[in-house]
Amino acid sequence: MKSLLNVKGLTTAFETENGKVISVDDVSFTLKYGETLALVGESGSGKSVTALSLMRLLGKRGKIERGDIQFDGASLQTVSEAQMQKLRGDELSMIFQEPMTALNPVFTIGHQLVEAIRLHVNIDKKEAKTLAQNMLDKVGIPNAARVMKQFPFSLSGGMRQRVMIAMALVCEPKLLIADEPTTALDVTVQAQIMRLMNQLCEEMGTAILLITHDLGVVAEMADRVIVMYAGQIVEETDVFTLFREPLHPYTQGLLASIPSMDFDDKELTAINGAIPANYQHLQGCRFANRCPLATEACRTSQPPLVEVVPGHKTRCFEWQQLQRGE
Amino acid sequence: MTTKKPLLVVQNVKTYYPIKTGFMNLKTDYVKAVDGVSFDIFEGETVGLVGESGCGKSTLGRTIIGLEPITDGHIYFDGQQMDYRTDRVSLSKQIQIVFQDPYSSLNPRQTIGDVLAEPLRVHRIVAARDIPQEVERLLQLVGLPTTAKSRYPHEFSGGQRQRVGIARALALRPRLLICDEPVSALDVSIQAQIMNLFKQLQQELGLTYLFIAHGLGAVKYISDRIAVMYAGKIVEMGTTEDIFLRPQHAYTKTLLRAYPNPDPTKRSIIQRTQKGALE
Amino acid sequence: MIGYIVRRLLIAVPVLFGVTVINFLIMRMAPGNPVDMLVSPKLPDAAREAKMIELGLHEPIYIQYWNWLKNLVVHQDLGYSMITYEPVTTMIWDRMGPTVLLMGVALILGLCIAIPVGIYSATKQYSKLDYVFVTGSFLGISIPNFFLALLLVYVFSIQLNWLPSGGMKELGSSGSVTTLIIHMILPLIVLVASVAGRNIRYVRSSMLEILGQDYLRTARAKGVKEFFVVNKHGMRNALIPIVTIIGLEIPILFGGAVVVEQIFSWPGIGQLTLSSIMNRDYSTLMGLNLVAAFVVIAANIVTDIAYAFVDPRIRKSYVGGSKR
Repeated sequence: MKSLLNVKGLTTAFETENGKVISVDDVSFTLKYGETLALVGESGSGKSVTALSLMRLLGKRGKIERGDIQFDGASLQTVSEAQMQKLRGDELSMIFQEPMTALNPVFTIGHQLVEAIRLHVNIDKKEAKTLAQNMLDKVGIPNAARVMKQFPFSLSGGMRQRVMIAMALVCEPKLLIADEPTTALDVTVQAQIMRLMNQLCEEMGTAILLITHDLGVVAEMADRVIVMYAGQIVEETDVFTLFREPLHPYTQGLLASIPSMDFDDKELTAINGAIPANYQHLQGCRFANRCPLATEACRTSQPPLVEVVPGHKTRCFEWQQLQRGE
Repeated sequence: MTTKKPLLVVQNVKTYYPIKTGFMNLKTDYVKAVDGVSFDIFEGETVGLVGESGCGKSTLGRTIIGLEPITDGHIYFDGQQMDYRTDRVSLSKQIQIVFQDPYSSLNPRQTIGDVLAEPLRVHRIVAARDIPQEVERLLQLVGLPTTAKSRYPHEFSGGQRQRVGIARALALRPRLLICDEPVSALDVSIQAQIMNLFKQLQQELGLTYLFIAHGLGAVKYISDRIAVMYAGKIVEMGTTEDIFLRPQHAYTKTLLRAYPNPDPTKRSIIQRTQKGALE
Repeated sequence: MIGYIVRRLLIAVPVLFGVTVINFLIMRMAPGNPVDMLVSPKLPDAAREAKMIELGLHEPIYIQYWNWLKNLVVHQDLGYSMITYEPVTTMIWDRMGPTVLLMGVALILGLCIAIPVGIYSATKQYSKLDYVFVTGSFLGISIPNFFLALLLVYVFSIQLNWLPSGGMKELGSSGSVTTLIIHMILPLIVLVASVAGRNIRYVRSSMLEILGQDYLRTARAKGVKEFFVVNKHGMRNALIPIVTIIGLEIPILFGGAVVVEQIFSWPGIGQLTLSSIMNRDYSTLMGLNLVAAFVVIAANIVTDIAYAFVDPRIRKSYVGGSKR
């Protein structure tokens, strides 16, 4: 099957006071129609910037330096800003981490939804209102007619995130980019939101690019997983393989550092140290300073991202040491 | 690990906040943040306090160390009833708190050395000439290099700042540490470092913890017993195993079911049709 | 909402009372009195005594205040000017029109400049034009009113002889709209320069803060055009703090009127205030003080109400306050 999204060599940089900083470094991946792909990483890994690059919402200081983004058969690189505005919210939508601040406080929920609809669908206000209200029903907001007239401040975080989802999915996009959609929510609400996203996207055939640091959420939601570290992809495979047999020491470290829900009395093994500050200028592997397997070679030359097992890519010279003995 | 002597006894504690309503603000309603909570913590034990935002878990922690006024009820520490108006100084030597956001709880214009020296000086924990030595000891205790003392908070990463926050709390050599969401703001790989530090410190110093968090994983990892809080009340309390394997209260069960298990073979939230069919 | 307004008005009553008491005391502590202006120093003391009694100035000061207050509360009357013997209410009312006209136009024009310029400056932060606007706004704030006024009079009236240096109309004429506009140009430039100067900075910083907000990113992500992201989603939020500033502008303009009206001989409240002070016209001054205090309080209440209109969160709290 043809892929919905095909990213090749994406490199995004930001202008800062200390010069140019490359936040996303040569990132390539594909996303199939209807698939859920998780982009996992810690703060500063470049996962959010990757998402914003796809939306071309990098702001004044950010710029895509290189790379090609094919979306639904067309290159987003050559698309004008006006055409991009047509695509945003229609073909590709995005929801964000902070539902408390993501909605405009001075417009009613109804107004914001109707605006999103009428930007892309040529219908009158009344029809758009009906559509908006139906969408609020669909995302499980009780008393949608009343909520239409309410302002964001009178809704809880979970309800606001539902509104965000309604707004993102109302035009039935082909791709939903969800940037830490449940991080700011309580666990019970998080579970509801995850279920909701999953159910609606399945109905609409919408693919999800899920950006998160929470491996629990990844395990629940994702089909495939990309792990990012210091601006680069370090591992990519399907979700089951990733949790069963990670082939990058960083992924393995991440998995070992989250408390399991089973009573296996496993001690947590933390990854020592932190992401090096000036990793862009490192010669070798960016994880080498925290890696238990690092050799001299790791410090002098950077490992490439290689498909070592069919469907399983890793950026590590020593991956074989991580393979389980059969 | 636990002895039979309760270090902290919380008896029917209530913390209410008045809010003015009505015409000319004449009427007073109350927000019942903590609404009649009772529990014990034994010496050397870790009690986890879980619940969702707004359930009153942080308020309870802050009430115990006297940061919030207690509306009703009693708190006993080491057999003595606490009177927060008169016992402030002695209290702060016994109970300390570690906050969620280490950055906002550190003065940006103070070096780490100053941050740690201040409580030592104010409470005369060690003689003035021994302060530099004590500061270095504290830094080593939390796994920071001694060179950290001449640097400022902004030069540190989140995890290191939390280590400073812990060192500061330990400066007064308290017996009970209230940890209010101490790892929630940190990256996953750093969370484990800090959790292990808490465990290690407990073994070395015989500390007692009240560990407040919304993340079940962290609480499960560190706690001997767990209290589940909902709407200002403790709805269930038991050993970690009981809470996780044999939860009694409906809310505890909901909470456990909602927690995403980091294992895709044990999905509990999303039962989905196999999307692989699309391929 | 109505309950809230009633509450605010009730609170305003003791404030107004306090203002009049303090003003009365301060006024009487100043040396001189209106009799000096009315009675020639050559006349015998008895004539002065008679005048004092006629004006009620012989009574103890608290009785005088009591009489003034009684007159105001019972008869809704501010009394007569001690110099011209005209009713104070009429005098103030006659002067109010020109002042409101001048200040109103200055405020509107000032904001019409400040809001778009401020928004432009914020969206193009650190561009050349931004620097030009920011510098211009600093000039507007820092040049004193009287200096700019005199400069304009010197250049446009005296040197170039393009515009009249003062008044509202030509002597002896009834005054058409055109002559009114011509007379307004110079005082308006002075006032607009300071209104725009102050507000460009407020609008710019308010907008800068809004531009970093998450909901603008949401708006972009749903495909809103950049123009509407800034001028609809951004501006509605930036307006909230600006409304407060407009409320503060009104008292500032009212106070600033004294200088500008005097220089341009604009027959408004400011000019009346100054001449009343010079003449120690106690009764007129009390009336003016009361009006000024009322304008300040009213501007505050109107600001709060306007605030509720632009910010739904505030609206909620007002409604909550009166309903429950």
